[in-house]
Amino acid sequence: MSRYAWAPGYTDDGDRPKIVTSRFQYEDGYTLDRYLATGGYVGLRAALGRTPSEVHDEVKSATVLGRGGAGFPAGTKWGLTPQGVWPRYLVVNGDESEPGTYKDRLLMERDPHQLIEGCLIASYAAGLSQVFLYIRGEMALAQERVAAALNEAYAAGYIGKNILGTNFSIDIVLHWGAGAYVVGEETALIESLEGNRGMPRLKPPFFPAAIGLYGKPTIVNNVETLSNLPWLLTNGAAAYTAIGTETSPGTRIIAVSGHVKRPGVYEIINGSTTFRDVIYGEEFCQGIRDGHELKAFIPGGGSAPWFLPDQLDLPFEAKMVGPAGSMLGSGAIMVMDETTDIPAMALTLVRFYAHESCGKCVPCREGGTWLMRIMERVVAGRGTQRDLDQMLEIGQSITPGQYPHAASERLGLAAAPFPFRMTTICFVGPSAYNAVDSSLTLFPDEFQAKLMKRTSIPVTAVGADS
Amino acid sequence: MTDISPAEEVEAPPVDPNEVRLTINGHEVVSTKGEMVIAAAARAGDYIPHFCYHPRLEPVGMCRMCMVDIDGGRGPMLQPACMVPVSPGMKVDTGSPATKRAQEGIIELLLANHPLDCPVCDKGGECPLQDQSFSHGPGESRYVEEKRHYEKPIAISDIVFLDRERCILCDRCTRFADEVAGDALIQFNSRGNNTHITTFPDEPFASYFSGNTVQICPVGALTAKPYRFKARPWDLAQQESTCTTCAVGCRTVVQSSHDELLRYMGVDSDPVNHGWLCDRGRFNFESVKSADRLLQPLVRQADGFQPATWSAALAEAASLILEAKAAGGPKSIAVIGGARGTNEDAFAWSRLGHEVIGTPNVYSQMGDGLPADLLLLDRATIDQAASATTIVLLAPDLKEELPILYLRLREAAEKKRSRIIEFAPKQSGLTRNAWRHFAYEPGTQVAAVEKALADPEIAAQFAKGSVVVVAGRGNLAETSTATVRAIRTVLAANPGSRILPAFRRGNVVGALQVGMRTADGGLDTRAALQAAADGKIECLVLVGADPLTDFPDTDLARRALAGARRIVAVDTFLTPSALLANVVLAASAYAEKSGTTTNIEGRVTTVAQQVNPAGNTRADWMIAAELALDLGGDFAYETIDDVTADIAWHVAGHEAITPEALATAKDGIIAGLLPAMAQAKLLEAVIPERNSYDFRLVVSRTMYDQATGTANSPSLAHLATQTMVHLHPLDLGKVGTTEGATVKMSSTRATIVLNVVADPAVLRGTAWVPFNHSGANVGDLIDCTAAVNDVRIENL
Repeated sequence: MSRYAWAPGYTDDGDRPKIVTSRFQYEDGYTLDRYLATGGYVGLRAALGRTPSEVHDEVKSATVLGRGGAGFPAGTKWGLTPQGVWPRYLVVNGDESEPGTYKDRLLMERDPHQLIEGCLIASYAAGLSQVFLYIRGEMALAQERVAAALNEAYAAGYIGKNILGTNFSIDIVLHWGAGAYVVGEETALIESLEGNRGMPRLKPPFFPAAIGLYGKPTIVNNVETLSNLPWLLTNGAAAYTAIGTETSPGTRIIAVSGHVKRPGVYEIINGSTTFRDVIYGEEFCQGIRDGHELKAFIPGGGSAPWFLPDQLDLPFEAKMVGPAGSMLGSGAIMVMDETTDIPAMALTLVRFYAHESCGKCVPCREGGTWLMRIMERVVAGRGTQRDLDQMLEIGQSITPGQYPHAASERLGLAAAPFPFRMTTICFVGPSAYNAVDSSLTLFPDEFQAKLMKRTSIPVTAVGADS
Repeated sequence: MTDISPAEEVEAPPVDPNEVRLTINGHEVVSTKGEMVIAAAARAGDYIPHFCYHPRLEPVGMCRMCMVDIDGGRGPMLQPACMVPVSPGMKVDTGSPATKRAQEGIIELLLANHPLDCPVCDKGGECPLQDQSFSHGPGESRYVEEKRHYEKPIAISDIVFLDRERCILCDRCTRFADEVAGDALIQFNSRGNNTHITTFPDEPFASYFSGNTVQICPVGALTAKPYRFKARPWDLAQQESTCTTCAVGCRTVVQSSHDELLRYMGVDSDPVNHGWLCDRGRFNFESVKSADRLLQPLVRQADGFQPATWSAALAEAASLILEAKAAGGPKSIAVIGGARGTNEDAFAWSRLGHEVIGTPNVYSQMGDGLPADLLLLDRATIDQAASATTIVLLAPDLKEELPILYLRLREAAEKKRSRIIEFAPKQSGLTRNAWRHFAYEPGTQVAAVEKALADPEIAAQFAKGSVVVVAGRGNLAETSTATVRAIRTVLAANPGSRILPAFRRGNVVGALQVGMRTADGGLDTRAALQAAADGKIECLVLVGADPLTDFPDTDLARRALAGARRIVAVDTFLTPSALLANVVLAASAYAEKSGTTTNIEGRVTTVAQQVNPAGNTRADWMIAAELALDLGGDFAYETIDDVTADIAWHVAGHEAITPEALATAKDGIIAGLLPAMAQAKLLEAVIPERNSYDFRLVVSRTMYDQATGTANSPSLAHLATQTMVHLHPLDLGKVGTTEGATVKMSSTRATIVLNVVADPAVLRGTAWVPFNHSGANVGDLIDCTAAVNDVRIENL
């Protein structure tokens, strides 16, 4: 049982350095009083005492990797906007909806002022004129807490005109989503924010840094990324990079779910903590539930190719996870023990992505549902070998070429590294195929066992040559 | 022997900074900066299959069919060719194995939920999905699941039906409705595999341009009522032609099967219509095959009209004209009309009037245009107007009267090429795209223009670049005097400005240019009708003219037709005016005769005969030529080309417009300088102060009215509303009435009874009534010689 009963989902009581979850230990961590009492808005004061480019350089030198999934350094991202175009926006991507991910929700519920301060620092450093905070529609408590925090911060003069007596002024607009997974994709989020259907835009030409919200340069940052900034500005880039590894500095939050003893959100040391540490570590999940053993796990949310126990010793380091055939994504780990029905698990994920396809491009709209239909048939025990082959064929229409997968000693399989190619506009289409590919590649026997048994009269359809 | 020295230096042509050279399928292609790969490839002859891409719409990259291997320097990668602009040194492979696999995959996925009901689908045979399934598809389907099901088809408007099962969600119709037409009334609904196109609840896709969505639909999802289940594409015969419904001159393809007109399609003419047509022009072919067509000549006997042979009818017409000539001399004969036919029709009739009969009273406008001498001003093309820095609108609602010109100017404003300054008595379709909109009460138009010109901001806008004045008649309930003055005021303030005449009736510009205009001392239509009403006209010749319906002052038209001693009418239908004639000569309609037509720019294009003339009808020019023979003249015309050549020979500005030249001119030929015309004398009348109890009357046309082409096309006829008076919502109280209530509206002339519509587009203090609608006739109230017409509105 966690010490923090008031923070459902938060179970981390380890004594590692904490950058973004340090206030989770307080029941009232979301109030301005508690925030100020625990070093709140110190980073903002530090930032405002320096020039924007100095702050930008500080963030750049700390190499804060984007925590939304792609892992692009935030400081570099800010530098991509064309100079001299006004207005320019910061859009905060709080539409966390990747299956298995719930870290940003806790950051918004437990420490909204940290996010607000991060927004202010980013806007100051990147010279932005307005902030739009887009929070997923289903996160009622997060919306409530962030709204209350914004009101407190406005009243206390941290947001608005002439912040802390300087000539830096900015507004933060809160927007609630209407419930669509694809809106977590930055261009779809911008479309949604503009009041249109949440459908991704094509890159090129619609790179948000150049043509974003209302056609203006826009930086889209993840909640966790921005939440790192107050600590970074308070303690300096050197202190930040002292934690973690050279290529993955600082900490990162992960959300573990599935068959572990203690699922929840943990702030881990970036780059060096391994999956074994997380799943079996005493201060983390404390192992698989009693009497069971690990069968497979998903290292980076529902869109990531699956890992086997073979990959347990990989650290949280993109440069090592990628060649091993998966991605860190949004930091959601889903653990499956040996009782897991792999085809059923795959169907659950395929069904999600088929349902969440926005319908804009053909491979995802038609392919996702087709995969789901076939998978339903297979799970129901009415599938054939042709169905299995057909799913791989549909995959070729969505992500041509070799799709990444993990190595398996049991199957004698070598890893197929990241990334993959795709015919779709965004990653939703390949994500629908992802679970199919991982489950079929790593657990072919479980599918064979579910295929339709032909007993008395062999029914051979004309043309059934495979 | 000529010595060609290889050492001779050939100066390299200067390199265009916008030129981009890339390699497509191994050969070098020269393109321009900003061009998309798919367009560059198409020009180079390398077809890249596609569904959502349309050259006249913004690319969206949704269908993923145009994914090809593009190597922009980082190795070949599958990218949508419709979204990737060309770059120097780019290598494109449209036939790589990866490309082929992707194309086969997309076709298979598209066909997964497509019903494959091609044998009963109207699109079968001309379907991009069908064609590309054959050319780029995998050849077989492995989809064994049940397909998506929807109710089919659903009517999304009065004309267009949507079959959502066939729809491949390419976003073409929705983008057209939003981007081009500005009527974003169809949208995607639902999500993922359940995405489908719908209209908003209780709001049909009531767009004047809905037919275009049917034309650009890459599958059979959108079908139009007039063509549904009528023919198979391979049974259609077709010719390129020009629409003469209004004077924009959109290029069309006229299609028929078994000698029956079945469909018009827009042709992408870059300088004119960009492939679009309005619904009225697209669907009014139904009127050509109407059962109510006049099929043979009629001669009035003691007991009414009797069918006659052509020789008998022509002899009767000739004798009427000769009697009139004997009774009152040639000047007692007036020829009105000629704007509905071809240039050849108009030319033959103008020769008959001017040369054979010898009357100067020949005129083709119906009192609802502007003086013909405006055509002599420096005229702009539609392209020049749509790329002008400033567009000044002194015109009727272009969306209603010249719909495709509306689309072109709307695009100019939407793409921020042009700023529109509009002067109008009522808000128009272009008002929301206008940079400045000046609403004026009739009678104050010149003052409004002068006041605007004095504004330094507007003067600065004019000084920025080219200015085009779109000039037409915004209000039928006043004389053209104020509009002409306003036009001349703008032109005087900006001497370099060009003018684009917004004359609306089919070939009115052509008719005026080839000779259907008054000679010295001749009477124009209003003057001729006035003379007839005064008993001074011995014979009135109506060439496709129906003054009772089309002339704004119905009372004058009525008195004129009663006062004219003899009437000869040429028409396709027995119109109210033709019913009063002594002889009615049955004319062939559009698509039943060939020739040329001239649009507002002066662009002469061909009109094709696609079907045989209905019944015993003849082309107008033939009727004129034969009538000339009976009257002692001989035009020596045997074929239509003789007439076209005769125009080139006789009409100034048409020298180059020969049948041979027209045969090769894809976009037609713009006529040259016209002969000088005397400046028309403007009607002068005192502009009275408006009594505060009265409303100043504004009358203009809408797209769907009682015009013969619309009223006789069943698909369109019901779209025309009853005559209703539109008042500003805040003026309803002044009358003490409410929306939908019945009121009586009186002028010094008459009183009519009609319903009230609250319409914020109407200026306060004015009352707008559409012209030529069913029910009450607003023409009864109009005095066409008055500077303005005021009406009193009272609750019933």
